[in-house]
Amino acid sequence: MARRSKRNVAIVATGQTDHRSKRPDVNIVEMINEAVRRCLADANMTMEEIDGIVIGNMEHFEGIFFTEMWSVDGAGSFLKHGMKITTGGTTGTSLALGGYYHVASGLFDTVMTIGWEKQSEGETTAGLIFQADPLWERATMSGAIGSFAASATSYMHKYGITEEQAAKVAVKNRRNALNNPHAHLKLDLTVDQVLKSKMLAYPIKMLDMCPTSDGACAMIFASEERAKKICSNPAWVIAGVTRHDQPFGGDLEMLLNLRTLRSATEEAYQIAGIKEPLRDLDVVELYEPCTFAELSWSEAARFCGPGEGGKLIDSGATQMGGQMPINPSGGVLSTNCIGATAMIRVAEAAIQVMGKGGKRQVPNVNRAMATGFGGSWWSDVIILSRTT
Amino acid sequence: MSEKGGSLLVAEFEANFPYDYSAGRFASYFFKQLKDKKQITGIRCPKCQRVFVPPRPACGYCFVGNTEWVPLGDEGTLWAYTIVQFPFLDPMTGQERPIPYGYGYIELEGASTRLQHFVTASDLNKLRIGMRMKAVFREERKGDLADILYFKAIEK
Amino acid sequence: MDKWLQELEPIVVHQELKVPYRYSMGAAASKFFIEMRDQKRILGIRCPKCSVVFVPPRSSCGRCFSPLEEWVEVSDRGTLQTYTIVHYPTAVQPIPPPFIYGVIKLDGADTGLGHLVSETNFESLRIGMRVQAVFKEERAGNMLDIKYFKPI
Repeated sequence: MARRSKRNVAIVATGQTDHRSKRPDVNIVEMINEAVRRCLADANMTMEEIDGIVIGNMEHFEGIFFTEMWSVDGAGSFLKHGMKITTGGTTGTSLALGGYYHVASGLFDTVMTIGWEKQSEGETTAGLIFQADPLWERATMSGAIGSFAASATSYMHKYGITEEQAAKVAVKNRRNALNNPHAHLKLDLTVDQVLKSKMLAYPIKMLDMCPTSDGACAMIFASEERAKKICSNPAWVIAGVTRHDQPFGGDLEMLLNLRTLRSATEEAYQIAGIKEPLRDLDVVELYEPCTFAELSWSEAARFCGPGEGGKLIDSGATQMGGQMPINPSGGVLSTNCIGATAMIRVAEAAIQVMGKGGKRQVPNVNRAMATGFGGSWWSDVIILSRTT
Repeated sequence: MSEKGGSLLVAEFEANFPYDYSAGRFASYFFKQLKDKKQITGIRCPKCQRVFVPPRPACGYCFVGNTEWVPLGDEGTLWAYTIVQFPFLDPMTGQERPIPYGYGYIELEGASTRLQHFVTASDLNKLRIGMRMKAVFREERKGDLADILYFKAIEK
Repeated sequence: MDKWLQELEPIVVHQELKVPYRYSMGAAASKFFIEMRDQKRILGIRCPKCSVVFVPPRSSCGRCFSPLEEWVEVSDRGTLQTYTIVHYPTAVQPIPPPFIYGVIKLDGADTGLGHLVSETNFESLRIGMRVQAVFKEERAGNMLDIKYFKPI
């Protein structure tokens, strides 16, 4: 069972590139460097003041392995402590947890975490098929789209969730992205447009699914003493939890019950003293690769009861201005550079706590939650707070 | 390698990754039963009694060794499915995988987990959760999962 | 359980995964290769703080983290800093073995460039020997536009 760190650790700065479908103007190292410089500027710090760099992506997407080695010029890790963490879709949150653990250990005072992906340079679905078991799954698997589609049918069947309710998630999140200067897709959609978009794999349509993006994100974790000097409103890390599940799709219920998220949020809530998430959390950046996922995982995170994901979106509670907005940044549905995507959830949650959200700022944020999700249905959960 | 023009160059290259996967003893046994007897086999955990397919050496729940092989028959219920309709590159062939195709999860009689495989019916659009499905085998079996070509809906 | 284990032939499954990639070189590398392709000139980039001239060029100095913008032309002649002779074949070699692979410090550069060395026999190779780039007639904008380095 994870605990709250005895040493207080905070996120004090973030930096992101402006995420796009293609960034042919920069190579990978230059793209990483952009996010890193923006993050240092946000903190008003120099690279010399950073004790270590934790970096990662989904390596086979670009076909250039060992990012921790060749990114040194752009990442600033020359002759510095450094480490790579790569965990598929959860890479970004695993990196964040890595940054947290480094500083919480008391061994480092300031650590920068960097997540990135240049998705346009490889083939995303082909890359995801690498993750499938070679003997049992590769021949049938069709990447993320197929996996979500195959379990969405059972989710709709069991609880009567409709494609229309799912479409509302796309409308909400993409509209939220209009307020986010970094978001890749900024779209003002109607439910009808989502329902009429091209069918990819039943019931997932083009507008139900996240894009693929080129982008990078960087964050700085600091010890209590340093955090208070760097930033007037640090985002304190209250809880960080990870869960993994069994290897094969058929071992799980997938969208019917993401038990890794259920289990991770249960423990995170316990650590953070959260009894009723919808009431006790002010904003959530929930990793949602497709519309149906946001509905189902709201149930897993206990924002509502089992099967009530559709009712929740219908209620408006998760809209901007609602009781607990989900994904004011636009979410994964608006930006998906996989190595960065989960970190962007944490960065955006931190931005909310720090009050740096600009047009996408939710008023009076005390507690924010960020989740990460990865291919074999793993989950990460991080809870941030304005107070220690 | 080829480079496109303009002032920003792009290097295009194709990477080929050859692998030789050891299937392991448990998968090897499964594939032998499939090849020799057209039999789909699960394996039981002695502690929680769950029957796993695909088979594996240890139970993830109990962390003990699985011991008893359980023949599962060739029929089951369709638990979930999708019809894949978007074109994508299949890294196994380097070509686009032919679409549309159906794949899903079959609950075989006696198994605690579901087997992922291709699914079909007289018309893909007829697929429904809860349908009874039957395995269709390859004529000349080789000892891999493709010895089951697909599961087909049993329609009246 | 032991019986089934004894009778078993372990299976090995061969798969070949093929994935195409499109690597954006970025502004600095693009300029380097375009200059080599079109003008047969080799460019380096200088750090304003460390004064190090990097070949191949990059956009950020790894040592002091300064952004790099100052381009300098370096010579196509240089000194062989180290070398080896590759005898074994693998799928990813540019030419079939045996071949010479060396690190060459071009005049004007502070970093070494890895490339092939040819038009010499193995016995004549010396660390510190002077070499010169031999360009291909038809160049495409990649590192193999230099065919190899030859002794001078």
